[in-house]
Amino acid sequence: MKITREEVEHVAGLSKLNLSEKELTSMTEQLDTILSYVSKLDELDTTKVAPTTHAFSLSNAFREDEVQESLPRDEALANGPKVNKEAFVVPKII
Amino acid sequence: MNPYELTIGQARAELDGGNISSRELTESCLARIKKVDGDIHSFIRVTEDEALEQADAADKQIAAGKAEPLCGIPLSMKDLLCTRGITTTCGSKILENFVPPYDATVVEKLKSQGAVILGKVAMDEFAMGSTSENCAFDVPENPWKSGYVAGGSSGGSATSVAGMECLGSLGSDTGGSIRQPASLCGVVGIKPTYGRVSRYGLVAFASSLDQIGPLTRDVTDSAMMMNGIAGYDKRDSTSVKEDLPDFTAALTQGMQGLKVGIPREYFGEGLDPEVVQVVKNGVQILKDAGAEIVDVSLPHTEYCVAVYYLIAPAEASSNLARYDGVVYGYRDQDAESLVDMYRETRSHGFGDEVKRRILIGTYALSSGYYDAYYKKASQVRTLILNDFQKAYESCDLLISPVTPTPAWRRGVHADDPLALYLSDILTISANLAGIPGMSVPGGFSSDGLPIGIQLQGSHFREDILFRAAYNLELGTKLANKCPDMG
Repeated sequence: MKITREEVEHVAGLSKLNLSEKELTSMTEQLDTILSYVSKLDELDTTKVAPTTHAFSLSNAFREDEVQESLPRDEALANGPKVNKEAFVVPKII
Repeated sequence: MNPYELTIGQARAELDGGNISSRELTESCLARIKKVDGDIHSFIRVTEDEALEQADAADKQIAAGKAEPLCGIPLSMKDLLCTRGITTTCGSKILENFVPPYDATVVEKLKSQGAVILGKVAMDEFAMGSTSENCAFDVPENPWKSGYVAGGSSGGSATSVAGMECLGSLGSDTGGSIRQPASLCGVVGIKPTYGRVSRYGLVAFASSLDQIGPLTRDVTDSAMMMNGIAGYDKRDSTSVKEDLPDFTAALTQGMQGLKVGIPREYFGEGLDPEVVQVVKNGVQILKDAGAEIVDVSLPHTEYCVAVYYLIAPAEASSNLARYDGVVYGYRDQDAESLVDMYRETRSHGFGDEVKRRILIGTYALSSGYYDAYYKKASQVRTLILNDFQKAYESCDLLISPVTPTPAWRRGVHADDPLALYLSDILTISANLAGIPGMSVPGGFSSDGLPIGIQLQGSHFREDILFRAAYNLELGTKLANKCPDMG
């Protein structure tokens, strides 16, 4: 086994996903199949290979720190599932 | 001939010649959508009123002699490109009611050039899938054969173009999502070089792999649309300041002096013999047109699926963390605590494939597994990139199949995600290496299903792909070949 049911449950917690018992069973099977497949990368010795995170190594894209127009508050709030006039409203935290 | 049957190039001539108005062309496409979309389900949303307004504005520009090449041309947009004031769902329940307050750069560019946007087209949820069956709304169907998949994730883009509901479409390609549906639906699709087209306003899936590109009914149209969308954008820090050629100028330059490489690893087991025959025919066409054919090797091809299905989910797990029910999108209203709200919102808002990839990605990035999975995959990505660089020392472009088989029946891979992942083996490497890749119609299977030919080039040499694609099209005579849907 590449991944156990308990590990899938742990990762689901990290991902903020709830899985039903049935989902947990099928996801564990499918993830195990996929992770077994990707372990074929272990056939390659990569100790001296640098990782690639982007096809091009661009340096930082800087700009002048100038004040620019930003999205008006009412437009920024327009998609909020629950808002008051000036903020997004969420369940009580404290 | 009905106006909706015109290619973009033909429509341009008709519009400029005063033989047709953009309103007539747009109304013709809207009528076509009403007629066929109940069968092929390309559109998630048709924006008829806005489209007609844009068409009238385009007609004024044309009358004033100020028409740019895409002015007045009706197009569709994959529903992950943000459109100001128009709902953008990304094929997901979690964004079902999301109305972007801004346009993606590509949308802004097309609008400013006078193009007409007919609506938003279907896709796999968050572009994760190879058949568009992961769409949370109606699933598009292959216009060539009822009950067959359109491909994905840009399935609605491909079906709307092949079904003649629009003249062209923008899709996005993270591991083949433009090229594969283009191949399965018999249209032209290009994934440009990473950084060639701004990703600003594209809902992110895997940011180091995603790239926007056009799907069209012939190669000329593809070059025209690339001219309209390519270029550096300060709002996308990964877009690249490279010279922009006129892509249409490359079309007629012929094949003399070009070396076409055949990557032997792309012809391994599992290929449908009819697909091999179509590609062989394409090789002969390019040879007859004056190209030199050489044998090349991309030895790490067999590892690309494993690399991709670690890197793409890893990036996705991070990108999709933003869907928490706080500032936009679906929220589960019953949760009492904040954490429960996150969990319930995400669990109800995302479909199975998206959850699967979030789990794989989170696992591959998690403490204790990062080196074994994510880092290892990033190292093998280097080897894949090196393979291409070496291959392009002996050739200018590569020719291969796009997919191992033509389109298949819907529902076939429902319980076996890995089998479906493996069908992406011929398209994924281009995204990992950031190189441009293109699918051009090559022929048909004995069942009447389209088969595409893939061309891949080196960074920023889309012009060479257009040269070869145009020659292929001359040889196959498949320009603007669409199914007879009555």
